[in-house]
Amino acid sequence: MRLRYIGRKLGFYLVAAWVAITVNFFLPRLIPGDPVSIIISRQTQSGTVPAGEAAALRKLLGLGSGSLLSQYGQYLDQLVHLNFGLSITEFPTPVADVVRPAIAWTLVLVGLATFISFCLGVGLGALAGWKRGTRIDALVPSTTLLTAMPYFWLALLLVYLFSQKWNLLPAQQGYDPSLDVGWNSAFIGSAIQHSILPAMTLVIASVGGWLLGMRNMTVATLSEDFVVAAEARGLSPVRVLTRYAARNAVLPSVSGFAVSIGFVVSGQIVMEQVFNYPGLGSLLFQAVSNEDYPLMQALFLTISFAVLGSNLLVDLLYGLIDPRTREA
Amino acid sequence: MNDDASLVLRATDVSVAYEGRRPTRAVREVSLELHAGEVLGIAGESGCGKSTLAYALTRMLRPPAVQTGGTIEYVDRDGRTWDLTALEPGELRKLRWAEFSMVFQSAMNALNPVTSVGAQFDDIFRTHRPEMDRAERRERARRLLEMVGIDPKRVRSFPHELSGGMRQRVVIALALALEPRLVVMDEPTTALDVLVQREILDEISRLRAELGFAVIFITHDLGLLLEISDSLAVMYAGQFVEYAPARRIAEEAQHPYTQGLLRSFPSLRGGRRDLRGIPGNPPDLRQDLDGCPFAPRCEHAFDRCRTEAPQLLAAPGYWPFSCHLRDVPNGSEPRKVEVDERA
Repeated sequence: MRLRYIGRKLGFYLVAAWVAITVNFFLPRLIPGDPVSIIISRQTQSGTVPAGEAAALRKLLGLGSGSLLSQYGQYLDQLVHLNFGLSITEFPTPVADVVRPAIAWTLVLVGLATFISFCLGVGLGALAGWKRGTRIDALVPSTTLLTAMPYFWLALLLVYLFSQKWNLLPAQQGYDPSLDVGWNSAFIGSAIQHSILPAMTLVIASVGGWLLGMRNMTVATLSEDFVVAAEARGLSPVRVLTRYAARNAVLPSVSGFAVSIGFVVSGQIVMEQVFNYPGLGSLLFQAVSNEDYPLMQALFLTISFAVLGSNLLVDLLYGLIDPRTREA
Repeated sequence: MNDDASLVLRATDVSVAYEGRRPTRAVREVSLELHAGEVLGIAGESGCGKSTLAYALTRMLRPPAVQTGGTIEYVDRDGRTWDLTALEPGELRKLRWAEFSMVFQSAMNALNPVTSVGAQFDDIFRTHRPEMDRAERRERARRLLEMVGIDPKRVRSFPHELSGGMRQRVVIALALALEPRLVVMDEPTTALDVLVQREILDEISRLRAELGFAVIFITHDLGLLLEISDSLAVMYAGQFVEYAPARRIAEEAQHPYTQGLLRSFPSLRGGRRDLRGIPGNPPDLRQDLDGCPFAPRCEHAFDRCRTEAPQLLAAPGYWPFSCHLRDVPNGSEPRKVEVDERA
């Protein structure tokens, strides 16, 4: 039964992935103006264009040739081999090689920050709901205020305080560029040091949302009969909170978490711009400003797959933590 | 009453208010006594304070409800008397479920939806019987389910996989897990259809005969209480208005409110008679009540009823009830006042 549930979920996500791939192929071809003619027209302004340039460009961009259907076939074939063409921004590096390190930087930083923020918010939210009206409940308005603050402004404030004023943490980039990239302690230490400020900004800006949601769900769950019944059974307050109240109150937050880990990979464009961080967000920004079509397409596909993957993960997890969703 | 060994629970002048700008005095100086194995039925309309009383007796009141007066004494199986109103939270938790348990109004929501039935038994045993190992806990849970007529395999089921009647049986099995001396049942069958209701009631009667626990059974269904209770309290506006042996109350109810309730449902075995409801509505419990709270709805009300509250006192040969008719010599009907048109 469990296996059938997982199988059905997987099937659904496979179909969704195929739709994402297909849309990613057709959408750029349906909108007017193709990248080749844009590049050609730009080149015409600066000088003569050699013959066969258009065909060369098509090949370079990995656009394929022939009818739309045969292009689609070539596109799928390239996908299987993770061949997304060459990046224009960092010509002639293949797009896959440009995207891969950015994914790693973003996943680690934003993923970890989102996870910390989720755990912190849900934990404190449960506590605030449990002890509503006490001092810990006052966390709610203060963290909500932090969430409401413009994100870039918060980031700039932290940069000003921690790196300008107190000179404690680096303000820019993902690591010290004078170090060799690799699994050595100096580089990892530098990467961690560089990640503290952006991570802190992310956590501060998002923890309020988790906290508020969890706090309110906890308050609502506490008045449920099964919580009252658990108390009447003489269970310890910790057991009532963890196994009855919080256990049920966390369910909507877990769904929210699925959505937000999807956003993790699409990158925090603003954050990565402010901190000049080598993640997917700044890469996407570069791709758009340089009209780097192969890179853009690869990034969109990466983001779609990340959203699908994270949703699948949470879907399976949800079946585990809420038995009611298994049968439906 | 005398201080005999079989006493389980004694409440004296218990009052509960829901705090607010104008506090709602939901329970007003209620006293009761319960002995081992006794079934006390508490009947009354919605909002008369019967559930609040049940929560007060088991110390389950939550803000804004506060106990504003009275004492609640509980005598455990070793004969020790506990003042429930003065207990530390830790001591109270030890008594809970091991000594007195509760079956709540809505069985549908009384089970944790995300854990299995077995896990909910486990929680009880882990807390109160830490010496039991995993296999013993599982075995005991299966035996309890069997006892209430459910397939023991259901320990692995989740609440949403059970029907309403089965859930209520599970809730009852949970309540009996530690063989308590007292089970408080707050409308345990209200959410169920009449057939399932009957099954559950039979089950409760059978288990009570088998295990000998005392029951406080709360419902608006007076007919049901007449059948299962040893003694019966009728509650109106937060007070007991009549507190009588159930055997006699059907024929000899003394309080006009009890008489009204008895007239408002058909008897299965009795002859045909006209059904009559009780006109009017219960009073607003946020106000101070002058006189008898039932007076505006009472067909026997006379002048004294509107100014002086009757006490819950026994008449010779009868049980306690709170009505001024007690002092009126038999046969001489008191002078009736004009019935208030609005009532």
